[in-house]
Amino acid sequence: MATQDITNAGARPAPRLGARKRRPGEDAIKVALIACAFISVATTLGIVIALLQPAIEFFREINFIDFITGTRWAPLFEPPDFGVLPLISGTISVTIWATLVMIPFGLGAAIYLSEYARPRIRKWLKPALEVLAGIPTVVFGYFALLFMTPLLQKVGIDVGTFSALSAGIVVGVLLIPTVASISEDAMAAVPHDLRSGAYALGAPKFKVATRIVVPAAISGIVASFVLGISRAIGETMIVYLAAGGQPNLSFNPTEAVQTMTAFIGATGLGDVPTGSLEYKTIFAVGLALFVMTLVMNIFAIRLVRKYREVYE
Amino acid sequence: MSAETTAAHPVAIGKGRDSERFFGRLFLFYLLFSLAIGFTMLAALLIKVLIDGIPSLSWQLLSAGPSIDPAKAGARPAILASLYIGALLIAFTVPIGVGTAVYLEEYARKDRWYNRFLELNIQNLAGVPSIVYGILGLAFLVRGLGLGRVLLAGALILTLLVLPTVIVASREAIRAVPDSIRQGAFALGATKWQVVWKQVLPASIPGIATGSILALSRAIGETAPLLLVGAVAFVSFNPTLLGSFTALPIQIFQWIARPQDEFKALAAAAIIVLLVMLLGLNAVAIWMRNRYQQRW
Repeated sequence: MATQDITNAGARPAPRLGARKRRPGEDAIKVALIACAFISVATTLGIVIALLQPAIEFFREINFIDFITGTRWAPLFEPPDFGVLPLISGTISVTIWATLVMIPFGLGAAIYLSEYARPRIRKWLKPALEVLAGIPTVVFGYFALLFMTPLLQKVGIDVGTFSALSAGIVVGVLLIPTVASISEDAMAAVPHDLRSGAYALGAPKFKVATRIVVPAAISGIVASFVLGISRAIGETMIVYLAAGGQPNLSFNPTEAVQTMTAFIGATGLGDVPTGSLEYKTIFAVGLALFVMTLVMNIFAIRLVRKYREVYE
Repeated sequence: MSAETTAAHPVAIGKGRDSERFFGRLFLFYLLFSLAIGFTMLAALLIKVLIDGIPSLSWQLLSAGPSIDPAKAGARPAILASLYIGALLIAFTVPIGVGTAVYLEEYARKDRWYNRFLELNIQNLAGVPSIVYGILGLAFLVRGLGLGRVLLAGALILTLLVLPTVIVASREAIRAVPDSIRQGAFALGATKWQVVWKQVLPASIPGIATGSILALSRAIGETAPLLLVGAVAFVSFNPTLLGSFTALPIQIFQWIARPQDEFKALAAAAIIVLLVMLLGLNAVAIWMRNRYQQRW
């Protein structure tokens, strides 16, 4: 093997632990492992290429400014309109309601698990809460459409069959474990000395939690919020089933809206001809979705790294 | 606690004054309420699905194909397709995921930029919305390679979707193997791969298996990417590798989307089947973790 000759040519500076004689195949195995690792890089490249190429073609036909500022999304109408704002407003509307559910309750659950629960109770509570995150989203879609919406109507909120509010609440519930789990990790990394110091000064437990532990873990907590919001933006099945399929430039939570993800799902479901403008809209909207979530994810990853560096 | 209090200052450590005690109680109430919301919703979801679905739960659901008549409709092709996809997924994901994990943990030098980039890349992939994977599948597998909307395309795209999960779980399992094991093997003259294959991997099998099963259960419930690469409305025949297919979550989705209430009841029954499958997988994962977990 050619590479083997090259590596053996130079004199080794120090004797190494392990086998002296190189077995043939060791390098081949390393190459195979690198090939495995390369698949995930290829996936990212594939996503970028898959999105960019048709999206560029799309923007040759449709003015980018019209796309980003247009208030009417009607690709199937004659003449068609390609203003993406109604899809973005629909996504934001659902995400706002999801955020209002997952942030207070996710953080509350995290503080309880990290600061109040005894180790034995935590050992059971944490996986039990994560069962929520393991339920398929299509099941949550069923729940939103046939339980949450009637429930809201029963308590006097005048939502339609499809509404941003109902879908948003259920997306938020789905993401409580995500926020709780990442926040709890961040709080568990706060050194015990900080808590002991505050107790020694006479601070009550809730002040230790809110004024010492939460500020010390804030970067991880914010990361959990950002990651949760990014998941809410990318959620498809709940919003497809419960928020409706009508592009609607409105932030009224009781109205039906179409999100970017629901549009991609609905258009991809039909057998649209390859190369048609309608086919390319999937990729233009997909690109917008990908860029939005990517920026948020990178931001969250950086925040998580930051708190790790401080205390380890 | 009482040792530090005196008659003049009856303040227990961690308790504080009366007003603070009140806020403390209020705060604890908020925390418990937060936790209760999650569990209440979970309970409501399960009860709702059971009430709606149990009357429609029948042998026909498992044995019949789809039909426009809800009284005759079943989900056999969809259930079989989900099982096929699961088998293919494990066959694809485990070697690639474990290979990547072994490379990152045992071979890669952490100070090299490309290895750091690889790690960041995997973290990012874990956060890409699942429907974007569907777009990838539509562009490259269905249209680009001309596979069409077939079961293999669905399995491949779900493989890529859960790959980061398997990589992360495998890396944790490999990292948990203490270095003394490796050094002992090296000292006996083993090569790097002999150390990995004969020592590290056998010791990390429980962790890898648990992570793989959890990834499998995520993939089996995944719907959105399959909308773009599969989702044929009417598949009454048993699935084949290169034939069109409809998976169980897709079947559920289609039944929910129908206007008739009978189909919604069928959807609930199919959800019960899906949840039982996932529950079984998770039970196996938990059992394996408890049975084979090693403490060094």
